[in-house]
Amino acid sequence: MNLDLILFLVLAVVAVATAIGMLLSRNAVYSALFLVLNFITVAVFYLLLGAPFIAMAQVTVYAGAIMVLFLFVIMLLGAESLPKAEVLPWQKPLAVILGFVLIAEAAYLLITRARPLGQIAPPGAAANDPLTLQQLGMSLFQDYLLPFEVTSILLLVAMVGAIVLIRKERRVH
Amino acid sequence: MELIQEAVPTGFAYLAPWLVFAPLLGLLINLLFGHRFSERMIGLVASLASGAAFIVSVLLASTVSANHGEAIRWQLAEWIHIGTLSLDWTFRIDSLSTTMMLVVSGVGTLIHIYAIGYMHEDVRFKNDPGRFARFFVFLNLFIAAMMILVSGDSYLMLFVGWEGVGLCSFLLIGFWYELDTLGRPSWANSNAAKKAFITNRIGDFGFLIAGFIMFWALGSFQFDEVFEAAQTAAPGVIVAITLFMLIGVAGKSAQIPLYVWLPDAMAGPTPVSALIHAATMVTAGVYLITRSAELYTLVPQAQYIVAMAGAVTALFAATIAVGQYDIKKVLAYSTISQLGFMVAAVGMGAFVAGMFHLITHAFFKALLFLSAGSVILGMERGHHNLAHGHHNDHAHGEGSNEEGGHGDSHGEVFDPGDMRNMGGLRRTMPVTYWLYMIGTLALAGIFPFAGFWSKDEILLDASLHYPIVYLLLSIAAFFTAFYMGRQIWMVFFGEHRTEAAAHAVESKPIITVPLMVLAALSVLGGALNLPFEGFHQLGHWLEYTLHEVESLALDYGVAGISTVLALAAIALSWFIYGRNPLRTGQPDPLKRPLGMLFTGMENKWFVDEGYFATIINPFKNLSQFLADVIDWRFWHDWFHETVIAGTYNWVSNIALNRYADQQGIDRFANGLGNVTQWLSAGARQIQNGFVRSYALSVLLGVVLILGYLILR
Amino acid sequence: MVEINYYIILSAVLFTIGALGVLVRRNALIIFMSIELMLNSANLAMVAFGSVLESFSGQIFVFFVIAVAAAEVAVGLALIVEIFKSKRSIDVDQMNSMKG
Repeated sequence: MNLDLILFLVLAVVAVATAIGMLLSRNAVYSALFLVLNFITVAVFYLLLGAPFIAMAQVTVYAGAIMVLFLFVIMLLGAESLPKAEVLPWQKPLAVILGFVLIAEAAYLLITRARPLGQIAPPGAAANDPLTLQQLGMSLFQDYLLPFEVTSILLLVAMVGAIVLIRKERRVH
Repeated sequence: MELIQEAVPTGFAYLAPWLVFAPLLGLLINLLFGHRFSERMIGLVASLASGAAFIVSVLLASTVSANHGEAIRWQLAEWIHIGTLSLDWTFRIDSLSTTMMLVVSGVGTLIHIYAIGYMHEDVRFKNDPGRFARFFVFLNLFIAAMMILVSGDSYLMLFVGWEGVGLCSFLLIGFWYELDTLGRPSWANSNAAKKAFITNRIGDFGFLIAGFIMFWALGSFQFDEVFEAAQTAAPGVIVAITLFMLIGVAGKSAQIPLYVWLPDAMAGPTPVSALIHAATMVTAGVYLITRSAELYTLVPQAQYIVAMAGAVTALFAATIAVGQYDIKKVLAYSTISQLGFMVAAVGMGAFVAGMFHLITHAFFKALLFLSAGSVILGMERGHHNLAHGHHNDHAHGEGSNEEGGHGDSHGEVFDPGDMRNMGGLRRTMPVTYWLYMIGTLALAGIFPFAGFWSKDEILLDASLHYPIVYLLLSIAAFFTAFYMGRQIWMVFFGEHRTEAAAHAVESKPIITVPLMVLAALSVLGGALNLPFEGFHQLGHWLEYTLHEVESLALDYGVAGISTVLALAAIALSWFIYGRNPLRTGQPDPLKRPLGMLFTGMENKWFVDEGYFATIINPFKNLSQFLADVIDWRFWHDWFHETVIAGTYNWVSNIALNRYADQQGIDRFANGLGNVTQWLSAGARQIQNGFVRSYALSVLLGVVLILGYLILR
Repeated sequence: MVEINYYIILSAVLFTIGALGVLVRRNALIIFMSIELMLNSANLAMVAFGSVLESFSGQIFVFFVIAVAAAEVAVGLALIVEIFKSKRSIDVDQMNSMKG
C-alpha cells in the first residue's frame, strides 16, 4: 500500500461518485457541475499518468469550454425537472441489469484473459520537462500531421454547421 | 424365293399385269371423268378396259400353249417378306388360270356391252341417270378383282381377289341401295347386299382358317410350295385345310348352307346377276378347288364330303326353283343347282368335267340372265307405254311415276319380273324368245347344246365312282329341265296375262347382239371337250396344270338316260303348264296336287326363316341385350355415372375441395398470412420511436456479443 | 505503483455509468453529458495504456478525441436547441414521431 495506490483509490472514488451524481441528479445544472468535477478528477488522473499536456487540455477544453457550453444551453432550455411520466416501464431495470452484466463481463475479461502489462510508475520529473512536451509537439506535427490538419477542418466545419443550423431557423421566420 | 424359270421363254407374259391394270385404268377414268362423259363414252371405256383384259388373256393363253403348257410365274412386285413368310405379287400363267381368265374377261366384256343398253333404260326407270357411271366403275373393279383371283400365284393373292369380288358383289347388289327391286324406297336392296357380304364373310372365315393351317403346317401360301409340302404332311392337316376351304367355297359358290345370299342378290341389276352371280364370281369356289386339286386328291374322305355337299345342294336348289314365280329367282336357284353340279364334279376328282361345266354354264347362264333382263325391260317398256299412252322405246321416267315406284294409274305396284304377269311374249319379243330358248335347251342338257356335253361328263364320272352322287345329280337334272320348261311355257307361251305383257317391246340391238354371241357359244361350246378320242381339247389343255386327267369316252347309256330324263321333264312341264296355259290370276297348277310340298318349294323350304329364328334373331337379341342392358344401363349409366363419375366427384369435391383444399391448404395459407401478420404486428412494437429503447437494444447486443466472445 | 488493471476497471465503470445515463435519463442534455462521460472513460484508458507502453500515441489520440468531442458538442447542442424550438421540450420520449 503506497501513496500512489491510495491516491488512485481516493481519486477513483471521487470520479465514480461524481459520475453517479451526474447520473442521478434531478437538476440538470447539478448534473453539469457534477460532470465538471468528474472531468477535473480525470485531469488529475492524467497528471498521475504523466500526461500533463492532456491534463491541461482536458481542463481547458472539456471542463472549461464544453461544459460551459452545456451550461449555457441548460440555462437556455430550462433545467427544470421533467415530469415523472414513464413511458417505458421496463427501461430502467433492464438498463441496470445490463450495466451490471457489462461490468461483470469486463471484470471477467480482465481477470482471466488480460495479459499483465505492468505497472504504472508515478511520473518522474521528466514528465513535466518541456523537452517531453517538445517531443509530443514534434510527434503531433510530424507523425500525425494529417489527422491534425483534418481535425482543424473538422472544427471549422462544426463551427459553420452550428451557425448554419441557427441561421436557417431565422430565415424561415 | 424361287425365281422364274429362265429357260422358259416368256412370250407375252410381261402383259400379265395388264389383266388387272386395264380394268383399273378403265374404272379410274370413269370415276374421275364419268360425270363429263356421255353414256356411250362411259360404256365404251369400260368395255374397252374389259376387252383389253380379254385380249391379254388370249395372248397369255397363246404363250402358254407355245410353251407346251409350262406354267409361267411372272413377278410384278415384292409384297411380304417377314420371317419365313415370303410372298410376292406374282402372276401365274398356266392353262388353268388362262382358262378362267378367258371366261371371265370374255363373258365379262359381252356383259359390259349389254349393260350399256340395259343400264341406259334402268336408270331412267329408277329416275337417277347420274348413277350410270358408277355402275361401270364397279363392274371394272369386279373384273380387276376377279383377274387377281384367277391369276394369283399364291393362296393369299387369290384371297385378295376373293375379298375384292365379295366387295364388288356387295356394291353391285346394293346398287339401288335406297330402293327395292320394284323401285320403291325400302331397305330391301341394301339388306340383300348386306346378306351377301355377311354370308360371304362366313365363308371367308373358313378360307382364312384353311390358310392359317396351311401356313402353320406347310409353311407357305405359294401354290407349288404348298403342294410339295402337302405330300409329306399329316393327312389330318390336309383334311382340315380342304374342309375349311370347302366352307369358303360354300360361301362364295353358294352351296349349302351358305347359299341363301344368291337368290336375294337378284335385287341387283340383271347384268350383275349375269356376270357375278352366274358366270364368274360364284365359279371362284370351283376354281379354288380345281387349283387345289393336288390337296384334294390326297384326302379321299374330304373329296367325298365335297361331292356330297355339291350333289345335295344341286337337288335342293332345283326343288326350290320349281316353285318360284320371279323369272330371275328361278335362274338364281338354277345357278345354285348348277354350281352344285360343278362342286360335285370337282369333289369327285373330275376336275376337267367341273371346269368344262363352269365354262358352258357361264355361256348359257349369262345368256339366260341377260335374256331375262331383256324380258324384264320389255315388260317395263310395255308398262310405261300403257301409262304414257303409246310412247316409243325411250320412256323416260316422267309423268305419273315420280314417286319412284312402278305404281301405274291403277295405284298398285307392278312387278315386271313376275312370271305370272307375263305370257305370250313369244309374239311380242321374238328375238329374246329364241335366245332364251337356246339357253334353256343348253341348261336342260339337250343334245347337241353345250350343256349336254358338260353335264353328261359329270354324270358319267359320277356313275363310275360315286353312285349316290349320280343318283342325286340325275334327279336334279330332271328338275332342271322341268323348271326351265315351266319357265318357257309361263313366259313365252299362252295368253298375255297383263296389259304390260301385251305391250312389251323388243330390246335394242345393243342388248340383243351380245346375247347372240353368247347363244352361239352355248350352241358350240360343247366342242371344247367332246368325249371322243382325239377331241378332249379342254382335258388336254388342263392336263398341263392338273397332271392327272381322266378323259372318258362317251357312254351312250348315261347319255341316253340323261337325255330321256330331260325330255321327260320338258314333256311333263308342257303337260302341266304348256297345254293349258295359265290365265291371269290363276294359281300354279302344281299347288293343289303337291300341297304342302309345293308350299315348301315356294317358300324356299323356309331356310331363311330358320336361319332367322335360330341364328340371327338370337344374335340380335343378344347384342341388343349386351348393348342396352350391359353396355348402357349397367356399364354406362350405373358404373360410369354412379361409380366412376360419382367417385370422381366425391374425390374432387368432397375429399379434395372441401377437406384437402379448404380445410387443409386454405387454412395453412391463411395461417401463414395470419402468422406473418401477427409476427409483424408484434415486431412492429419494437419501433416505438423512443431512442432510449433503441440504445438499450444496442447495449444488449454489445453485451451479448461480448458474452459470446468470452464464452467461446 | 498502480497496476494498469485498476485504471482499466475504473474506465469500465465510468463507461458503464455513462451508458446507464444514456439509457435511463430522459433529458436530452443529460444524455449528451453521459456520452461525454463515456468518451472520457475511453480517453482515460488510452492514456493509461500510453503510459504503460511508454508511447506518445495514447496522448495524441486523446488530443484528437478531445478536439472532435468539442466539435461534436457544438453541433449537437445546436441541434438540441433546434429541436426545442419545434417541440418545446427536451424530453427524448416525446420525440417518437418515427415510431413504426
